[in-house]
Amino acid sequence: MANEIRTILATDCGSTTTKAILIQKQDGEYRLAVRGEAPTTVEAPFDDVTVGVVNAVREIEDLSGRKILDENGLIMRPMLDDKTGVDLYLSTSSAGGGLQMTVAGVVKAMSAESAERAALGAGAIIIDIIAVDDGRKDYEKVKRIRELRPDMILTSGGTDGGTVKHLVELAEMLLAADPKPRLGIGLKLPVIFAGNKSAREAVKETLQDKVDLKIVDNLRPSLETENLGPAREAIHELFLQHVMQQAPGYGKLSSWTDSGIMSTPNAVGKIIQTIAEQMGINVLAVDIGGATTDVFSVFGGTYNRTVSANLGMSYSICNVLTEAGITNIQRWVPFDVDEADLRNRLRNKMIRPTTIPQTLEDLRIEQSVSREALRLAFDHHKSLARTLTGVQQIRSVGDIMDQQATGQTLVKMMDLDMIVGSGGVLSHAPRAAETAYMMIDAYQPEGITMLAKDSIFMMPQLGVLSTVHPEAAAQVFDSDCLIKFGHVIAPTGTGKPGSVACTVTIDGHDKDYILGSMEVIPLGLGETKEVTIKPGKGLDMGAGRGKSITATVEGGTVGLIIDARGRPLALPTDKKQRINKLQEWHAALGLQASEE
Amino acid sequence: MGTAYTPGLKVSPRTIVQKTRRLPLKGQVVVAVGDKVDPDTVVARTEIPGIMQTIRASEILGLEPHELMPALKVSIGDKVERNQVIAETKSFFGLFKTDVRTPVAGVVELISEHSGHIGVRQVSAPIEVSAYIHGKVSEVLPDEGVVVEATAALIQGIFGVGGERNGKIKVLVSSPDEPLTDAMITSEHAGYIIVGGSNVSGAALTKAAEIGCTGVVVGAIIDRDLIDFLGYDIGVAITGQEDINTTLVTTEGFGSIRMADRTFKLLKSLEGKQASINGATQIRAGVIRPEVIVTSDNIGEIAAPEDLGQILDIGSHIRIIREPYFGILGNVTKLPPEPVLIPSGATVRVLNAKLADGREVTVPRANVEIIEE
Repeated sequence: MANEIRTILATDCGSTTTKAILIQKQDGEYRLAVRGEAPTTVEAPFDDVTVGVVNAVREIEDLSGRKILDENGLIMRPMLDDKTGVDLYLSTSSAGGGLQMTVAGVVKAMSAESAERAALGAGAIIIDIIAVDDGRKDYEKVKRIRELRPDMILTSGGTDGGTVKHLVELAEMLLAADPKPRLGIGLKLPVIFAGNKSAREAVKETLQDKVDLKIVDNLRPSLETENLGPAREAIHELFLQHVMQQAPGYGKLSSWTDSGIMSTPNAVGKIIQTIAEQMGINVLAVDIGGATTDVFSVFGGTYNRTVSANLGMSYSICNVLTEAGITNIQRWVPFDVDEADLRNRLRNKMIRPTTIPQTLEDLRIEQSVSREALRLAFDHHKSLARTLTGVQQIRSVGDIMDQQATGQTLVKMMDLDMIVGSGGVLSHAPRAAETAYMMIDAYQPEGITMLAKDSIFMMPQLGVLSTVHPEAAAQVFDSDCLIKFGHVIAPTGTGKPGSVACTVTIDGHDKDYILGSMEVIPLGLGETKEVTIKPGKGLDMGAGRGKSITATVEGGTVGLIIDARGRPLALPTDKKQRINKLQEWHAALGLQASEE
Repeated sequence: MGTAYTPGLKVSPRTIVQKTRRLPLKGQVVVAVGDKVDPDTVVARTEIPGIMQTIRASEILGLEPHELMPALKVSIGDKVERNQVIAETKSFFGLFKTDVRTPVAGVVELISEHSGHIGVRQVSAPIEVSAYIHGKVSEVLPDEGVVVEATAALIQGIFGVGGERNGKIKVLVSSPDEPLTDAMITSEHAGYIIVGGSNVSGAALTKAAEIGCTGVVVGAIIDRDLIDFLGYDIGVAITGQEDINTTLVTTEGFGSIRMADRTFKLLKSLEGKQASINGATQIRAGVIRPEVIVTSDNIGEIAAPEDLGQILDIGSHIRIIREPYFGILGNVTKLPPEPVLIPSGATVRVLNAKLADGREVTVPRANVEIIEE
């Protein structure tokens, strides 16, 4: 079937905008043809998501000259001729608050955490994590479960053949709370049980008439293994059957699509996994929006997603201020800024989210906030993307010197190959170097890492496409979606001020980079160079302290970036010195710190 | 002088207001289409099932969970009173008894052989939804609630805190740029919705709450004063559930900003009228803005113009809502169709404006609010 597909239409219904893309096969390769957008129409007065979809598709029709909608406003399939219809229509959605879930487990750091990973990976926003050992009294948990009104609950716990009692108690807690779903007044709440298989009957008995119970394989069948797939599939299925059917117009939209509606973050996760697998690389991707920041990673083939529900650049901007603290935001601003003024500015951005920075100073302030939002969301991600806790390790005497605790983060910056940024503040930064610089400061990549952005945020559409036509998704991702900024070279470690952080040899020429400096070496899109990098004393490029590495690096819209500031990045504590340094780094990246 | 408000926010002397009043769970609608309702009229009610109290019966009796059944004194569905014995064991020829009593009254809903627990569901708690405004029931949502409709003066603010309340409007300042201070508020204002100009001080807000003003409507508030008043910082723009006894509605934003003249004049014209106020704000898809509503029964005759359009044109009065000209008023002098490079480095659609102080400036169109005469 895949070979017959010549034209693909895909939409993503976001909270505010519905984005449509048209993909066409040209000269044997799938390429983005045009894109269109229109306001999302989930809210009154429309109360029907398909109105926005049709409007976005009409824009596609205008721009492409192709007739896609028939006289009834329905998408014509398959393609009739070169100017009529499409072969495939797919859609994703995050409108209406996305998928809100509560997860529960027996042990907070084990089954509850695995349940959290399963739900996040399926594209959910977690509104609470309940565990037998979470420190709250039972009545407090019952009250909380009752108040939250999630879209569904995922409950887990016990290895197969292990505890039954705690799982029955968790089920009793749900029964006690008698929770109701957020949407669909009078409907039963979907509950997924993905715990000890020996407890299934007891849980079923306890919850049978009260909730809409679905039983799937244990997501933690043994301490050493995590099996998130069945729970994630169940979440996706219930999302389509329950949540989406309650949202205005989604029943209709669902009937239009060729493969059901996928939640937007779930789709982004799919494309990230596809790319990591096809290219054999470790990837970190971020989507920073007005309300939330999503972080996706694939390390060594293991996929993780987290969402920081209250870290964003407009709606949640004041929460960034609260969580990071004013000092942490001020530290990135390359000029002196008054605290009270900064606070009122951020509040006014919160209530007037569509305004844009007019002055360079205002832009620098917004970009300073973004560094903190990205950093906090990444910290959250690192804490969850980790190896399983509670695993018993058998060690020989020889292993004792090389002990590693369980629960170590999987995010190893030295092993990271690519960071992909998306979302307003990163995608719409006026200069490419600004986006690259924000990502470098927030993530502090180590060794050699490619920096890139999603050109027009089409990862969701490509994600859902990757589930039915991976080849087309990968081709469009590579040709039209990704804009590469270039590799960044960053030795880790610290040294004496004024010492050499690294010596870089390109085309037979050596250059020393002093610790605390940055530089951009011109290297355009698609251009590559072989480089040898010798880290300074005490610094490391991944081969060990002071040991040289040789690699092929690639340029991009910014160039080859040398970040010789060391890791962890330390900013001067003295305000004047710090501002001087920030201005120096801006200049190194070809950026003005302020208009003066 | 004109009046200003953000496009999308309504400041209207006469409009149709519809309020959906919905129960959190299915229940009973107690009014019918066409019924006249007052703010306090109950329009729908339901009962929220009580919480189930879990009693660790087998543990108390020193039994294994599966040994619980013979000790039971109740069955599923039985009504029980507080302190009633629900399970009991006897030992040593019946001389010693250990019993389990329910700490709450209710109905036995769970007896588990797996956990050895007994669950008693407490009695339901009634909840009611009131009409919130004066008006007529225009639609019944079966088992869920109603839509109340009224002709009303409506003022939507930009940000607020605190829930639904009622009170008479009292304007305490003489101009829209006069801040509301604590000295202006007296015990006579208890139960009133008081109106200030550019700003409310922290002390004034605290005094308003102490005296029992039901609402405060002002141009703006300084970030720090709001944090002090609430006792915590608002991180995300979802409000309305704060545990405060005075609802605050700001019409312009944070800092000290002259209240739009149109808003101020309308509030002044409504002085002494009974109003409904709600500070609930949600800024994202499904936007909810805080509001002050005075329904037609309370408006009387107001000779005010209908809403004017919000089309940006040469000569339009505007206010700039972002730095470097935040809060300054002006008139549009040019609307260049092509996107223009602005100092931040972005290329965006702009307008040229002559400011009240005589300066000619260029600003992104996204950064202005239209002002209406």
